[in-house]
Amino acid sequence: MNFDDYRGIWVYLEVKDGKIAPVSLELLGAGRKLADKRGTELAGVLIGSNVKPLASTAFVYGADVVYVYDDPIFEHYRTEPYMRALHDCCQKHKPEVLLYGATPTGKDLASAIATDLPTGLTADTTMLDIEEDTGLLLASRPAFGGNIMATILCKKYRPQMATVRPKVMKALSPQPNRTGKIVEEHISLREEEMRTKVLEVVRETTKKVRIDEADIVVAGGKGMGSKEGFQLIHQLADALGGAVGASRDVVEAGWIDHHHQVGQTGVTVTPKIYFAIGISGAIQHVVGMQNSELIIAINKDPNAPIFQSCHYGIVGDALEIVPLLIERIKEELPNIKTASKLKEEIHHA
Amino acid sequence: MLHIVACIKQVPDTKIIKMNPKTNTMDRASAPAILNPYDAHAVEEAVRLKKKYGGTVSVLTMGPPPAVKAIKKCIELGADEGYMISDRAFAGADTLATSYALTKALEKIAKHQPIDLVICGKMTIDGDTGQVGPGIARRLNIPPLTGVKKVVEINKEKGYAIVQRKLEDGYEVVKSTLPCLFTVEKEINDISFAPLPNMIKAARYQPTIWTADDLENVDRKQLGLKGSPTIVSKVWAPPKPEGGQLLEGTAQEQVNKLLSIIFEKKELFQ
Ligand SMILES: Cc1cc2nc3c(=O)[nH]c(=O)nc-3n(C[C@H](O)[C@H](O)[C@H](O)COP(=O)(O)OP(=O)(O)OC[C@H]3O[C@@H](n4cnc5c(N)ncnc54)[C@H](O)[C@@H]3O)c2cc1C
Ligand SMILES: Cc1cc2nc3c(=O)[nH]c(=O)nc-3n(C[C@H](O)[C@H](O)[C@H](O)COP(=O)(O)OP(=O)(O)OC[C@H]3O[C@@H](n4cnc5c(N)ncnc54)[C@H](O)[C@@H]3O)c2cc1C
Repeated sequence: MNFDDYRGIWVYLEVKDGKIAPVSLELLGAGRKLADKRGTELAGVLIGSNVKPLASTAFVYGADVVYVYDDPIFEHYRTEPYMRALHDCCQKHKPEVLLYGATPTGKDLASAIATDLPTGLTADTTMLDIEEDTGLLLASRPAFGGNIMATILCKKYRPQMATVRPKVMKALSPQPNRTGKIVEEHISLREEEMRTKVLEVVRETTKKVRIDEADIVVAGGKGMGSKEGFQLIHQLADALGGAVGASRDVVEAGWIDHHHQVGQTGVTVTPKIYFAIGISGAIQHVVGMQNSELIIAINKDPNAPIFQSCHYGIVGDALEIVPLLIERIKEELPNIKTASKLKEEIHHA
Repeated sequence: MLHIVACIKQVPDTKIIKMNPKTNTMDRASAPAILNPYDAHAVEEAVRLKKKYGGTVSVLTMGPPPAVKAIKKCIELGADEGYMISDRAFAGADTLATSYALTKALEKIAKHQPIDLVICGKMTIDGDTGQVGPGIARRLNIPPLTGVKKVVEINKEKGYAIVQRKLEDGYEVVKSTLPCLFTVEKEINDISFAPLPNMIKAARYQPTIWTADDLENVDRKQLGLKGSPTIVSKVWAPPKPEGGQLLEGTAQEQVNKLLSIIFEKKELFQ
């Protein structure tokens, strides 16, 4: 294997609801830095049906080149056709580094390609760097339930591959005039040869505010005492216009469904305000919320680990504090709203 | 009659593992070894499918000799046969070398009795990459169905399986040819209590144990550390957060202070 044949930093551009997934834009941001440091180009690979127009978004967020596989066979994500396309692209254009979002789709695709190429694949990366002269990728990740961090290297194989956790890297601010080169690729695949078929896609949109998109997340833990006590979490979230989050133990107790679970085996959230109420602060929970802008903890145990991972804390009984908080918010919020409205009117006048 | 093989791993219970603050390494002795929780659900699902459609459930693990205990746990859960591959040559394997060795063992098991379905956990709680299952599927050249949260139907005569795969915001229903490989979510089932006869069988059970030499057509260069493209170069403890400021006073005072902090983020409340 001649390493000089492998050039460029690539990002697999995941398509979700007809758009490039946020995690892929974040990876373009991270990839841009690696490409600049290494003095090479940043490319995206776009696979799907009617996806070519999305290439312009990738340019606006930092890509120099986008390879496009546009074919009706790619309508739904399936391992087999996607893997064949991306594998084809890797063999033709030989990237030095290939990054994927650590989403169900990204992980599925990356694991399959790594086996076929073969090459090394670092999972769930949260820190990325590259050696300027050798091009060696330094991918670091939490392991053992977040108890340790490990830096993983792939010295003898190319491309070097990693899946990267959503919401950890930062997308660049969009540059509307930025453009790049589109390279259209084709691979002959026949539907009759495909061994899987997607029969139906079911969206579960019962959640009022999507927890991973909310500005305010109010999360409750076992310390709320019961399913009834947990209703206070819903009430506080309603009062603030936020979404409800939960610890795993609460989900396991059946107080709320899994979509609300924050943490290692739930969702990662980065809201502007995160409340952890009656949550002990286990490392597996903390990894899912530690990048929130403002973290507030309420717990009756002054030694609870959550107080190590918050910005402000209240030691007290949640069943007493939260109702007070709701009451005061209901009193104050209308004043704040009128004040800001007044200010706006003055501004416009 | 289905032949289902569940791949299982023994792991340290990472929830209670302690770190040595001086060396920044894990004190493995501080955590009991358990059956990877996701793999318990894999075995449970295999046993349920066997009850529904008839057949046999085998379990396979790669690990050091004490991992026999994890196999016994699976026998308690209702598995019929246990296989273990254990050899120094497998040590230090990353996910690529792990899927290679497990595939060689699956090929050997399949010689006795062809395999219709392989079930893996979604991930382990120690390495927690979730990459081994899809890797095995590629090597066996069978479709990987990751994140399965419900098995809708298995039809061996017509050669297909229908499952629900979990997505970020819902699920999809997928039909696949058999044989295929599932990786399963925890929500797929609740673990049943082990009935007494299973416990008795498990206590006496001795799995089939193979070394690298017992496997066929093995390329030794692809095993263990040698066969692993990834290298763990550095391990450190994640930085300890500094801790927050506690708000003082009566409950009412604490709440008022908190309110003024929250409302500083005016843009959220307009
Ligand atoms: C592999 C693995 C993955 C995991 N993934 C996740 C995950 O994704 N998300 C997750 O959350 N967990 C996860 N966990 C579980 C995690 O380790 C903890 O067990 C869990 O987060 C604890 O939930 P809790 O804080 O609600 O409950 P507890 O740990 O029981 O804490 C309850 C807290 O409430 C406080 N309290 C009690 N009464 C009151 C009161 N009246 N007022 C105020 N405070 C009160 C107590 O002091 C205590 O601190 C995982 C574990 C493992 C091993
Ligand atoms: C700190 C650290 C970080 C690591 N990071 C990486 C990395 O980024 N990339 C990488 O390739 N390797 C990595 N490894 C190596 C990896 O942990 C091992 O290869 C391990 O043998 C399998 O990976 P896993 O535990 O992640 O399994 P997963 O892929 O999470 O396991 C999924 C399923 O595969 C099956 N399975 C897994 N292992 C076995 C087994 N031994 N026997 C039977 N069935 C099994 C089970 O059904 C399991 O539920 C890392 C190791 C350490 C110590």
